[in-house]
Amino acid sequence: MSSRAAWRLESLGFSPVYRYVAGKRDWFAFGLPMEGEFASILKAIDVVRRNVPTCYLTDNVSEVYKRCQEAGWQVCLVVNEANIVLGRLRGDAWRAKPDTPIEAVMENGPTTFRPDNFLEPLIKRMREKKAGSVIITNSDGVLIGLLYRKDGEERLERY
Amino acid sequence: MPKDVNREDVQRLVLSGAQLIEVLPPEEYSEAHLPGAINIHLKKLDAQTAKQLDSTLPIITYCYDFQ
Repeated sequence: MSSRAAWRLESLGFSPVYRYVAGKRDWFAFGLPMEGEFASILKAIDVVRRNVPTCYLTDNVSEVYKRCQEAGWQVCLVVNEANIVLGRLRGDAWRAKPDTPIEAVMENGPTTFRPDNFLEPLIKRMREKKAGSVIITNSDGVLIGLLYRKDGEERLERY
Repeated sequence: MPKDVNREDVQRLVLSGAQLIEVLPPEEYSEAHLPGAINIHLKKLDAQTAKQLDSTLPIITYCYDFQ
C-alpha cells in the first residue's frame, strides 16, 4: 500500500516522495515511540530490566559467573559485538568446569520478544509456559533487556 | 520515482521536516501510528485529500509492513 500511495502522490505532483516499506510494524518492534489508542497499553518495554549482564562466546564460565554473582544475577545473556543475542546462560550451565568457554555451555537461540508486545498476553503466555523471564530484543535482534514475569504481574496489578 | 527508505532514514527525514503519511484505514491509524503522522487512507488519496499536505516538504508513506 505504501508503494502505491507513494506513486499516487508523485502523480499528484509531490516530490520527493519516499516509502517506508517496513512500515509501522518495524517501527514499533524497534521500540520507537507510538501515538494512538494503543500507546497507553502496557507493553514489554515498560517493565524490561535493561541492566541484565552480558558476555561473549569466548569468555569462560568462571569469570562470567563471578561477574554475575557480584551483580546479583543468576542469568547472563550471550551477545556479539553488535549486541545481538546469541544465547543464554543459567541453571546447570554455571556448573561447567571454570575454564569452559561460554559457547560450549550456553543455550542456543533463546526465544525473544519485541518491546511493543502487549504486556498482559505476554505475561499470560509466560505463566502457561512456566517462564520466569523472557528476553526482549528489537526487530534486528539487538538486546534491550530481560523481562521478569513477577515484574510484569506487579505492574499489571497496579495498572 | 519514489525511493525506499529504512527506519533510520525516516528518523532523519522527519527531523528535517518530512511529512509522514499512514495510508491504512482510519481505524488502524487510530490504534497506533508513528508520532506526527497524518492519515490518508489509500482508497481516499486524491487531489482533494492531498491538499492537506505541504507540497514544499518531502513526504514519507507507510502502512503496516511489506504489503
